[in-house]
Amino acid sequence: MTAAVNLYPRRRARNALWTALAYAATALGLIMLAIILATLIWNGIGGLSLDVFTKNTAPPGVVGGLLNSIVGSIIMTAIGLAIGAPLGILAGTYLAEYGSNSRLATVVRFINDILLSAPSIVVGLFIYELLVVTVGHFSALAGGVSLAVLGAPIMVRTTEDMLNLVPNSLREAASALGMPRSLVIRNVAYRAVASGIITGVLLAIARMTGETAPLIFTALGNSLFAVDPRGPMSALPLIIYEFARSPYAEQQRLAWTGALILTFAVLGLSVLARVLSASIKQK
Amino acid sequence: MVDQHTVRAYDKDLDLLERRIAEMGGIAEKMVIDSMDALSAADTTLAHQVVSTDTRLDVLQREVEEQAILTIARRQPVAIDLREIVGAIRVAGDLERVGDLAKNIAKRSLKIGVESRVPRAIIGIKHMNDFALELMKDVLDAYAQRDVERALDVWERDADLDALEDSVFRDLLTHMMEDPRNITFCAHLLFCSKNIERIGDHATNIAETVFYLVTGSNLPTERPRRRHESDVEADAGGESS
Amino acid sequence: MSNDISAQTPVKPAAAMNEKVVMRGLNFYYGKIHALKNVDLTLYEGQVTAFIGPSGCGKSTLLRVLNRMYDLYPGQRAEGEVMLDGENILSPSLDLNLLRSRVGMVFQKPTPFPMTIYENIAFGVRLYEKLPRAELDARVESALRRAALWTEVKDKLNASGLSLSGGQQQRLCIARTVAISPEVILFDEPASALDPISTAKIEELIDELSGDYTIAIVTHNMQQAARVSHYTAFMYLGEMVEFAETNAVFTSPRDKRTQDYVTGRFG
Repeated sequence: MTAAVNLYPRRRARNALWTALAYAATALGLIMLAIILATLIWNGIGGLSLDVFTKNTAPPGVVGGLLNSIVGSIIMTAIGLAIGAPLGILAGTYLAEYGSNSRLATVVRFINDILLSAPSIVVGLFIYELLVVTVGHFSALAGGVSLAVLGAPIMVRTTEDMLNLVPNSLREAASALGMPRSLVIRNVAYRAVASGIITGVLLAIARMTGETAPLIFTALGNSLFAVDPRGPMSALPLIIYEFARSPYAEQQRLAWTGALILTFAVLGLSVLARVLSASIKQK
Repeated sequence: MVDQHTVRAYDKDLDLLERRIAEMGGIAEKMVIDSMDALSAADTTLAHQVVSTDTRLDVLQREVEEQAILTIARRQPVAIDLREIVGAIRVAGDLERVGDLAKNIAKRSLKIGVESRVPRAIIGIKHMNDFALELMKDVLDAYAQRDVERALDVWERDADLDALEDSVFRDLLTHMMEDPRNITFCAHLLFCSKNIERIGDHATNIAETVFYLVTGSNLPTERPRRRHESDVEADAGGESS
Repeated sequence: MSNDISAQTPVKPAAAMNEKVVMRGLNFYYGKIHALKNVDLTLYEGQVTAFIGPSGCGKSTLLRVLNRMYDLYPGQRAEGEVMLDGENILSPSLDLNLLRSRVGMVFQKPTPFPMTIYENIAFGVRLYEKLPRAELDARVESALRRAALWTEVKDKLNASGLSLSGGQQQRLCIARTVAISPEVILFDEPASALDPISTAKIEELIDELSGDYTIAIVTHNMQQAARVSHYTAFMYLGEMVEFAETNAVFTSPRDKRTQDYVTGRFG
C-alpha cells in the first residue's frame, strides 16, 4: 500500500500544474481578445455618428461617412449568399444523404476541406482572371462570386455534419410510411436540423463579410454610392484597408470606426449562431 | 444447450418440489402397508400411528402447493417447467388423498371389535391392498424417472384392480349370506375394499400426470375397461374413475 | 429427429384463415454474411405472429425484409420468395413506396417527426390522398383513437410531437402508421424502450388492432410474445427452428432448442 500512497501526491501536483497551464492559456486568449476589442472601441467609438451611416466616403477635407461601403458589403455578401448557399447546402445534402462513402463524395469532401482554408487572395486572383479580365472591368458581381467560393465550403461542412446527426431511425420511420427519398430529406431531415443549417449559413456570412483580399481584385472599391453589381463597388474591409494607410487623421478615424462596425457585426452573427446551436442541443 | 437453467435458483426451486413429493410418496406407501397390517393383525397401536402420520402428509401437500405457487409467481414458468410444476401440484393432491384413504382403513380397523372377526374374509382384501401398493410403487417410480412406458403400464393395470374389487365384493357377499354374524365385519371390509380401489384410481391419476408431464398431451379420458355385471351396481353406487 | 421432444402433430390453422404473407426459401445477406437461411414462414391474416430468439438470430432482419427496408442500404440483399397476397415483394420492379403503404412499421425507438402532433399523422395521409380539411381532421382523430391516444392529446394537436412522453410518442408512431390504412403492421421491439405501464398499453393496443390488421412483432421478451401473439416463431442463428401456435410453443414446444430458450436454459 505504501507505493500507492507515494504516487498520489505527485499526481496531484502534476494535475495542478497542467490545470494552471490550461487556465493560463485561456486567460492569454481572452486577454488578447479583450485588448483587441478595447482598442477597437477606444479608437473607433469616437468616430461613430449618424454621418457614418448617412454619408458616403469622401476625399480628405470633406465630412464623410461609410454609407457606400456598408451598402456595398451588404450587397456583395447577399450575392455571395445567393450563389453560395444553395450550392453549399445542396452539396452538403449530397454528401450526407446520397454520396456518403462513394468515391465522388470522398473527393468532394477532400476538395471542400482544402477550400475551407484556401488563401483568400488566391481565390481573388482566380476570380479576377475569370470574371474581371474577360469582361474588362471590375464588378461587385465578381466580388460576390469570390465571396461565394469562400463561404460555400463552410455551408457544405455544416450541412453535412448536421444531416449526419439526424438518426437513421427517423429516416427509416419516414421511409416506412412510403415517403420517397427526396421528401424524406426535405420534410423530415431538413426540418429536424433547420437551426443547425442556418447556423452554418450565419457562419458563412460572418466569413464573407470580413474578407478583404479577394475584393481587392474583383470589386476594387468605389468612392461613390453604387448599387449596380456590374460595376465596381465599395466594401467595409476595402475602405478600412484604404483609410488605414491614409495620412489623413479623419480618414484614419473612419477606418477605426469601420473596423468597429465590422467586428461587432461579425461578433453579433457568431453569437447568434452559438445561441441557435445551443437550442438544437437542447432538443 | 444445457439441462440447467441459467438462473440456478430456479433449478433449486424445482428440486425442492421434487424432494417433497418423494417424501410424500414414501409416507403414503408406508401408510398403505401399515393400515392393512393394522387391519389384519388387529393392531390398535399401529392403527393409531397411521392416523397420526396423515397429518404430516397434509402439511407436506400444503408446502408443495405453496412452493409451486411461489415458483409460478417468481419464474413465470413455461413449457416443461410449467408442466413439472402443475404435475407436482396434482401428484401432491393425489398422494394426500391416498394418505387419507389409508387413514380411513386404519380408523375402520379401530372400530372393528375382536369378536366379530372373520379371518378368511381378510385374505382377498389383503391381496387387493398388495396390488394397489404395487401400483403406487410403480407409478411413483415412473414419476421419479419420468418414465412414460411404466406410467402407461400402471394406467392399464388398474383395470385388474377393479376386477379384483369385483371378486372381493362377491366374496364378502357370500360370507355375509353364509352367516349373519359375519355381516358387521364384512360390511366394514366392503368399505375398506372401496378405499383400496380408490387408491388404485389415484395411482392412475398420477400415471396420467406423468404422461402429460413428459409428452404435453393428455391420455384419453376413459381407459379401456373389462366390463362385468357387477359394474352396473358399482356404477349405480356412484363410482367414478 | 433428436430435437423433437413432444409427441404432437404439427398444428394446422383453422381452414378459414387466409395466408397473408408466405415466405419460401428466404435467404438474406449482409454483404458476405449469410444472415437468414432458407426461411419458410406464413403470416395469417388478422393474426399476431411473434418472433423470438436470442440476439443475432435474424428476427429483426426478417421483419425488415417484409417492407424491403433493407433497400435503403447498399450491400444488403434478399433472395427467395416473399408473397404478399400472392405477389412477390422481392421482385425488383415492385414500387417500394406502395409496398410500404400496405406494410407499415413501428420501430423500437419512438420516432415522432419534428412537427406538430397533427402534422405527424396528416403528413403520411397526404402522401397518398388529397383530402379536404374536415376529412383530414376526421382521419387524424380516428387514427389517434385507434392508438388510444386521442383523449390525451385532443387539446394539444398543435404541440410538437417531441413534447410527448416516451409511451405517448410510441403510440403516436402507431397512430401515424395506422392512419394510412396498411394491411400488415410490423412491430420491431415496440415496447423495449418503455416502462411497464406503457408496455401494457402497447400490448393492449396490439390486441385491439389484431383482427383488422395482420401483425408481426419481434420481441426479446418471451412473456410478451406469450401474452400478445397467436403464433410464435423461434429463430436461431438465421434459421426458423419452430413455428407453431403460441399456446403450443409455450406449453409443449416440439424442438428442444425452442424449449431450452423459452425456459431459460440457453447456455
